[in-house]
Amino acid sequence: MSFPVLDRRLLMDRSVSGRVGVSLPPLDVPEQPLPDAAMLRDDLPLPEVSQGEVVRYFTTLSQMNFSVDTNYYPLGSCTMKYNPKINDEAAQLPGFARIHPLQPESTVQGALKLAHSLQGFLAEISGMDAAGLATMAGAQGELAGMLMIRAYHLSRNDTGRRTVLVPDSAHGTNPASAAMCGYRVMSIPSDSQGNMDLEALRNACNSETAGLMLTLPNTLGLFDVNITEICRAVHEAGGLVYGDGANMNALLGHAKLGHLGFDVLHINLHKTFSTPHGGGGPGSGPVCCNAKLAPFLTAPIVESVAEPDGGESFRLATPEMSIGKAGAFHGNFGMLVRAYTYIRGLGAPGLREISESAVIGANYVLSALRDHYHLPYDRPCMHEVVFSARTQKARGVSALDVAKRLIDYGIHPPTMYFPLIVEEALMVEPTETESRETLDNFIEVMKEIARQAEEEPQVLKDAPHYTPNSRLDEARAARRPDLRWRPAEG
Amino acid sequence: MSQGSPFSPYVPNTEDDRRVMLRAVGVESVEELFADIPEGFGRPTLDLPAPLSELELRRELQALSELNLVPGRVPCFLGGGAYDHFVPSVVNHVISRGELSTAYTPYQPEVSQGTLQAIFEFQSMVCQLLGMEVANSGMYDGASALAEAALMACRVTGRERIVYLDTVSPAYLSVMRTYTEPQGLAMAPLAQGASLPEDAACLVVHSPNFFGCIEDVESLARQAHESGALLVASVDPVSLGMFRPPGELGADIAVAEGQALGVSLSFGGPYVGLFTCKTEYLRQMPGRIAGRTVDTQDRVGYVLTLQTREQHIRRERATSNICTSEALVGTAVVTYLACMGRAGLRRIAELTYHKAHYAASLIGRIAGYELPLDGTFFQEFVVSCPIDPAELNRRLLDRGIIGGLDVSDRVRNGMLLCVTEMNTREEIEALATALEEIAR
Repeated sequence: MSFPVLDRRLLMDRSVSGRVGVSLPPLDVPEQPLPDAAMLRDDLPLPEVSQGEVVRYFTTLSQMNFSVDTNYYPLGSCTMKYNPKINDEAAQLPGFARIHPLQPESTVQGALKLAHSLQGFLAEISGMDAAGLATMAGAQGELAGMLMIRAYHLSRNDTGRRTVLVPDSAHGTNPASAAMCGYRVMSIPSDSQGNMDLEALRNACNSETAGLMLTLPNTLGLFDVNITEICRAVHEAGGLVYGDGANMNALLGHAKLGHLGFDVLHINLHKTFSTPHGGGGPGSGPVCCNAKLAPFLTAPIVESVAEPDGGESFRLATPEMSIGKAGAFHGNFGMLVRAYTYIRGLGAPGLREISESAVIGANYVLSALRDHYHLPYDRPCMHEVVFSARTQKARGVSALDVAKRLIDYGIHPPTMYFPLIVEEALMVEPTETESRETLDNFIEVMKEIARQAEEEPQVLKDAPHYTPNSRLDEARAARRPDLRWRPAEG
Repeated sequence: MSQGSPFSPYVPNTEDDRRVMLRAVGVESVEELFADIPEGFGRPTLDLPAPLSELELRRELQALSELNLVPGRVPCFLGGGAYDHFVPSVVNHVISRGELSTAYTPYQPEVSQGTLQAIFEFQSMVCQLLGMEVANSGMYDGASALAEAALMACRVTGRERIVYLDTVSPAYLSVMRTYTEPQGLAMAPLAQGASLPEDAACLVVHSPNFFGCIEDVESLARQAHESGALLVASVDPVSLGMFRPPGELGADIAVAEGQALGVSLSFGGPYVGLFTCKTEYLRQMPGRIAGRTVDTQDRVGYVLTLQTREQHIRRERATSNICTSEALVGTAVVTYLACMGRAGLRRIAELTYHKAHYAASLIGRIAGYELPLDGTFFQEFVVSCPIDPAELNRRLLDRGIIGGLDVSDRVRNGMLLCVTEMNTREEIEALATALEEIAR
C-alpha cells in the first residue's frame, strides 16, 4: 500500500493563457471614465485555469488530509469531535450567511436574537453573569479577558499590579496573551500529583499580582483538586482568576467555572461546541465573566430591550467601560450560529452526556494503555490523558516516532511534546463522538506500536509509510524560507 | 416508545458500551470519575431550553434566519469594510469538503499536505495580488491584521509611536487601540500638512480610505521612509484587480480584509485578514507561515515554518499570541482567486468601478445631493444628503432599500454608499429615484 503519485504542481504552474474558471456578466450601465492610467496596474499575475481543473485540484488537495470526517483524530487539547452537519447548514441559510454586519438593527433581529440567546447559554454553562461574543478565536478571547482584568484594576486606581501567574503546564497562548497586555509573566510549578503547587502559588501572590491564568481541567487532563483554594489565594492578594476554556468539554453540566471562583474565561466554540476547525480556523472565542467584569467586555455585546407592546427586541451595545473592539464587526457570527444550533440540539441532558462520555473514553484509554506507556500522573483523568513515551525513548524511539507510526494505521497522532512538563508527552483526547470499537482499535494499535518499539524500532523511525510525503525536512524549511510560488527560472 | 442512545446522535456509545467501559476502568459509576470536583460544586443545575431534534432545529433556525432582511433580495448599498461581491459556486463546494473543514492546524505535515499546500497557494496569490514579497497564512480579519501590523512596525523600528491618517476606518482604529494601548504604544493622527514625528514607528494608511477615496500611498510611503518609519497600508483586495498594488507603491507592511474575495458577508465574520510584508521583516511577522521543503525521499512537500516566532515555542516572547486563525476562509479566498484568475478579478473590479461611478453620477445630479469629496474612488463614495442620513435611511427602508452607512459625524449629512457588481442597473436607478423623491 502506498499513496498514488500525485500531480503536486501549484496553480500558477498549471496556468494556460486564456482559460477562465467562472463566467461573469456584461456591464449593464454606461461605461464611466477611468482614472489616470498611472494609478492602474499593468498586470495581475493570477492563474488561468478552468473550473473543472480548480475543483479537481482542491479535491485532490483535500484527499491528502486526515480530518475528523475521515479519520480518528485524538489530538489532545484540540477536542476533535464530530462536527454536526446541521450546524453548517444553519450557518449557510441566506438569512444568516448573506446579511451585512452594518444593516439597521431592525433588519437583523433574527441574528441578534440568536446571539443574545447564545450569550445566555454560555453564561449559564460557565456559571457566569455575562458573555460577549466578539472575540474571534481562543487566543483573542484570552487577550480580551486579560485586558478586562487589567482595565478592572486600573479602574480602581490599582496601578501596581504588573504580574500574571501562569502554571508551567499552560498553553503557550496564555503567557503570550499576558505579555500582549504588558504584563510580566511568572511561571508556577506543578506538584507531583499534577496539581498546581499551592505553596508556590501562595508565595507568588502579592500586591503586584494582577491575576492567574488557569486551564481547568489542566493540560495534563486533570481536575486540580485545590481549585477553590487556588482561586481564594489569588483573590486574597487582590488578583483575579482567568479561565482558559480550552478543556471545557470535560465539565459541561458537571462543574461551572464561575462557581469555583473564576472571574472571567473564554470558550473555544471550535472545541467544546463542535464548530469545524477548518485546518486552523475560523474559530471563535467568546468571553464569559462575573458581574464585576461585565462592564469591561469587548464591544459589542447584544442587549435585549423591552418593547412597549410587551415584546422584546435586540440591539448591539458597547459595555460601559469596554476594553474596546477586537475586530471590525461583531465576531465570527457564522461560528456562533453553529454553536447555537449545537447547544439547542443537545440541551442540558445532551451536554452532560457529552462530558460523561468524553471522560469515560479518556479513562478507558488510560486504563488499557497504562501498562504499555508510562503514565506520569497515575490518577483518573478527565477528558484527555497524557502518556509519556519515555520507556520507549530509553530504547531510542521517541514520542515523535510513535506519533508518525500511528499515521500508518490511519489514526491522527495525539498532541506531542505538550505539556512541556512531561517528557516525551503524548496527549490523547478521544472525545465523546468516538465509539468503543474505535477506541479499542486505537488501543490495539498503540500496544502493537509499543511492541514494535521494542522489537523492530526502525519501522517506527521510517514512519509514516503510506502518506503523500514521508517525514519532511523542517530544519531546511526554516533555514531557507521558500514561502511562495515563483516563476520557473530560465 | 423505544429509546435509542441516551440523548444525542453524536455520541455513539450506548448504555451497554458505557457499562463495559466503566468496568474496564474499574469504577462503579461515571460519578466516580468526576470525584475531583470539590463537594458542593458537582452537577450544578443547567438551565437551558429542552433539546430539539434535527427536524425541529431546522425549523427553528430557518424561522430565526427569516427575521433578517437579506441583501440581494432587497437592494443594499452598504460597505464600510464588508462588501457584497459575487461568490462562485465552486468556492462553497471546496470549503464544504470535510477533509478540509474538519482538519486541525497542520501540526502533522504528512497528513496535512492538503491544508498546507492550500496555505502555500494562499500566501503565493496574496503576494501576487498585493505585489508584496511575503505573506502569512492569514489573520482574524482586516482590522486585527492592521493592529498586528502596527505592533510589528514598532518591533521592527524599536519605536513606540503609531501615526495614522484620520481617514483610516474608525472601527480599525478602535481595534488598533485595543491592541496597542496596553503595551504603552502611542497612537496619533497625522495633522494635515504636518510632517511625521521623528519617533514614529509607522504611518498607517487605508486605501481606499474609510470614505472610499484612494490615497496617494506612494508619496505617503516616501514621507514615512524619510523619517525612518514604515509605511503600513490596509487595502481593498478587489480594487487591486485594476489599481496598483501596495507593493509597487512602497508599502513595507500591507494588509487587507479578505472577505470580498469569495467569502459570504455572514453578519461580519468569519473573515480573514491578509498580511504581507517585505522579506527583511519576515521574522517579525505574526501568525502561521507555510513553507516548501522536501521529504526524506526528496519529494516536495509543505510544513509550518519559522515557528520560533510563535507562542507555542516562544511563549511570552512570541511575536503574537495568535494560534487558530482563519485557514478555511483562506482556502475560500484562494479558490475564489483561482476561479477568477487574471481576467476575472480585473473584470469584477471594472464592473464594480463602472457601476459605482454610474451611481455616483446619477446621485450627484439630484437636487439637494452633493458629492463633497474629491479624489478617485473605487466602489464607495460619500454623498452629502439634504436631510439627516439616519432619517433618509429609514425612508429608504420603507421603500425596501437598505441605504448607505451614516457618516454624518464626519461629513455633514454624509452617507457612505457602496455599489458593487452585485447591484443591478435597476437597483441603482431605483436608489436614485428614491433619493430624489425623498428629497422633494
